[in-house]
Amino acid sequence: MSESTGQYTELEQRLLNDFQQDLPLSPTPYADMAARLGVDEQTVLETLAGLQACGAVSRVGPVFRPNSIGVSTLAALAVPPPALERVAAWVNALPQVNHNYEREHEFNLWFVVTAADRDELDAVLDQIEAWSGCPVLDLPMLEDYFIDLGFDLNFAPQGRRQ
Amino acid sequence: MKMHPLKLDDRDRALVALIQKGLPLVPRPYAELGRRIGMAEDEVMQRMDKLRLSGAIKRFGVIVRHRELGYRANAMVVWDVPEAEIAELGNCLARYPFITLCYRRPRRLPHWPYNLFTMIHGQSRAAVCGKLAQVIGECGLDDIPHEILFSRRRFKQCGARYCTAGETVEPARTHEEATA
Repeated sequence: MSESTGQYTELEQRLLNDFQQDLPLSPTPYADMAARLGVDEQTVLETLAGLQACGAVSRVGPVFRPNSIGVSTLAALAVPPPALERVAAWVNALPQVNHNYEREHEFNLWFVVTAADRDELDAVLDQIEAWSGCPVLDLPMLEDYFIDLGFDLNFAPQGRRQ
Repeated sequence: MKMHPLKLDDRDRALVALIQKGLPLVPRPYAELGRRIGMAEDEVMQRMDKLRLSGAIKRFGVIVRHRELGYRANAMVVWDVPEAEIAELGNCLARYPFITLCYRRPRRLPHWPYNLFTMIHGQSRAAVCGKLAQVIGECGLDDIPHEILFSRRRFKQCGARYCTAGETVEPARTHEEATA
């Protein structure tokens, strides 16, 4: 297993792995988690806060299905390498852009653009194209084959519980 | 599954704007969210339930960051699949636990011939390549042209932004972001 597994206590591992989906809609979700884990609610709250502070947990909450609330697209640019950092920083500054990665390809900058509707989305893509001088690949999702069951962190052998 | 944007009223939008940053880490998180937007706990929970039932919420729970948990290699693998086979191959690929996204997207010829996008996470580049070899064998993808785009740097990982009631609100977290 990765060296990172050892950094997490058994309680942390269970919080990271066992509650990624189907959190019941209850007024007291953390007390419910605590009951399942056999610890008290305060311990769950403190442990989650710690995991969030160190970056292991992004948040506890919903993942919205793409294009269910507003619209989004995956966009890519083929940026001349010397200009990449500058273009990436400029793209990052747009509030409609999230999730911006450099990837190993001629199309080397990949990001998601999200907006309230398609008109706003197109306006942002036009703006990026005009400013960067690079044609934008606009790759909206057409079909989703995936049923999101979370991500099994595979804390073997001691961590994974059913 | 194809989605059309949901009809949300202003109170839904206010709630979505808040909930996409996550539940507060307090004993009564829905009561706390409601306090911030002038809604009773009951109403918050009813509106959350409606969002869940509508299918707009794809997953609800603890959302982890792969990179910080040792899954440092993240490859977008793109495939050029004949239209007649795409649903079958997409459904085959989507079953693997290490594949966290599996979308059909449009080709953009001549620059971009690929129409099926998958994301594979692994603890190393070699691990990702091993998983790729596995799915090529098991889903019968030997003849399907593909490319692997490993991520090099992450410039930004936050949410998307939507407008609500005439103002810009905080980012909504999409599935794509959750698998970053």
